[in-house]
Amino acid sequence: MDNYNQHIVLKTNNLSIGYKTKKEETVVASNVNIELHKGELIGLVGANGIGKSTLLRTLTNVQNALSGQIFINNKTLKDFNPEGLAKALSLVLTEQIASKNLSVFELVALGRQPYTNWVGNLSDEDISIINKALKQTNIESLKQKKCFELSDGQLQKVMIARALAQDTDLIILDEPTTHLDMYHKAYILKLLQKLAKETNKTILFSSHEIDLAIQLCDKMIVMTNTNVVSDIPCDLINKGTFDALFPKDLIAFDKTTGSFRVRK
Amino acid sequence: MPNSKTYKISFLVLILILIICFFVNISLGSVSIPLKSIFNSLLGSANNESWQYIIQDYRLPKAFTAILVGSGLGISGLLMQTLFRNPLAGPFVLGISSGASLGVALVILGSGFFGSAFAALLISKCSVVIAASLGSFLVLLAVLIVSSKVRDTMAILIIGLMFGSITAAVVSVLSYFSSAEQLQQYIFWGFGSLGNLSWNELFIFFVIYCFGIILSIASIKGLNTLLLGENYAKSLGLNIKQSRLIIIIATSLLAGTITAFAGPIAFIGLAIPHMTRQIFNTSNHKILLPAVFLFGAIIMLICDSIAQLPTSDYTLPINAITSLIGAPVVVWLLVRKRKMMF
Repeated sequence: MDNYNQHIVLKTNNLSIGYKTKKEETVVASNVNIELHKGELIGLVGANGIGKSTLLRTLTNVQNALSGQIFINNKTLKDFNPEGLAKALSLVLTEQIASKNLSVFELVALGRQPYTNWVGNLSDEDISIINKALKQTNIESLKQKKCFELSDGQLQKVMIARALAQDTDLIILDEPTTHLDMYHKAYILKLLQKLAKETNKTILFSSHEIDLAIQLCDKMIVMTNTNVVSDIPCDLINKGTFDALFPKDLIAFDKTTGSFRVRK
Repeated sequence: MPNSKTYKISFLVLILILIICFFVNISLGSVSIPLKSIFNSLLGSANNESWQYIIQDYRLPKAFTAILVGSGLGISGLLMQTLFRNPLAGPFVLGISSGASLGVALVILGSGFFGSAFAALLISKCSVVIAASLGSFLVLLAVLIVSSKVRDTMAILIIGLMFGSITAAVVSVLSYFSSAEQLQQYIFWGFGSLGNLSWNELFIFFVIYCFGIILSIASIKGLNTLLLGENYAKSLGLNIKQSRLIIIIATSLLAGTITAFAGPIAFIGLAIPHMTRQIFNTSNHKILLPAVFLFGAIIMLICDSIAQLPTSDYTLPINAITSLIGAPVVVWLLVRKRKMMF
């Protein structure tokens, strides 16, 4: 049992998420129980406004949970200090970085911040980890380019490399495929799948690419109006979970192809 | 870093230019003194006593003041631009100079209210420095209290601007009730001045300046992390509130003392970081901070040399010169590279 527990990187226990003001509590989702293991690629899907971002914000300690617990590597999220959390969890956000005048190498190097000294000097070990991250994401040739010279797809790879350089057990990405064309959507998600296998890191991403996620993920978390379900994609299809994802007037889930079809 | 060697050469060249500018600056003035006598005066072995006095007690402290003012304003401008992720930010966005202006305005313009005997006492140079320091300190205190309550860094920027508006309004009201003579005195303070600092004053200036610089150096890592934006910086383990506080205190110490001792010197704080980024082509604060220091000091020495109108008896207001020289340089750099580095 102990041995099994060690492979759980992220776990929530009766988690309830939402927003709290002095007067009232808006519950976005409750009874969230998920368990993410080492080396898994997990896709988080759900309709717009269902609370994917709220869930990710809660898991990453940007906002507080209403109730319930979150464990990262068997330690309560609240027990982490900022630097400790930065060594356990790295993020790729949807927001643009503030300065695009950084070179790719410099940007990826910023991922080493939690490990460097007070002035941020890179050790030889830091540099080899940065180079490894550049290699794993196939962007070695871009190393000296400035970020403003990159396409959206390239920039996304750089941000993933930065998260890799942070060397955490868990990487969380918020909609990593927005703004990308169909090829690069598949490319990025395929890259995440490869990274999860190769590095044995746990990678959780939110996305609207449900059919791609079904094909690539080890596990999926589906958020609907009524509940939050997490399981392997095949079982979710069989259980008919995806049918409940959207209102049924326009699109319907096709079990045989594992994708949504427009109603004729 | 891959380009560290080229940076080293650039830094050596800049240091050399700084030394040259320093000597050019002290060798120019309304009294022309031969170069040889200048060196002799510096070593304390000049045969002309009035020359020795001019060099040691006027030009030398003025050159040091120029270095402190230029570098200090440049660095505080850099800190503010990175913290607020805004290329238009400068050392005075937090309302520090308006606070100082209000303090000085109260002393100079408000002296009419205190009666004439008291007024003469008030308008000594020392009281102007104290009033400016108090004014900027109070505004800083207000900004710090507010910033500890506000989560959004941009809100602090707006609050700083609001403080600026309020103090400007109070100064207008004071001006309306003041005599022409008082107004002239206030306007003269607003021109800025690098001269007139005794060695003792310079020493106090230097000590506070050093505190500001130490805090700035301590913020280098945080500043680089902030280049990604606050959310990323937080995810990298940066304590945003604490870093923000240190950066604001560093800026206040630098910009506050500079305004107190040399008046509200415009433009340098905004322009130097842009010039440095364009020329060094980097956003890394480990490079930028020392480079801004050198550029700020060099430009300020050059501006001061020009402001003295060598060999004439006139001295132009330093504030006018910094903008006259600086603005075309920044425009030229932006046009030449066609891309703003930020």
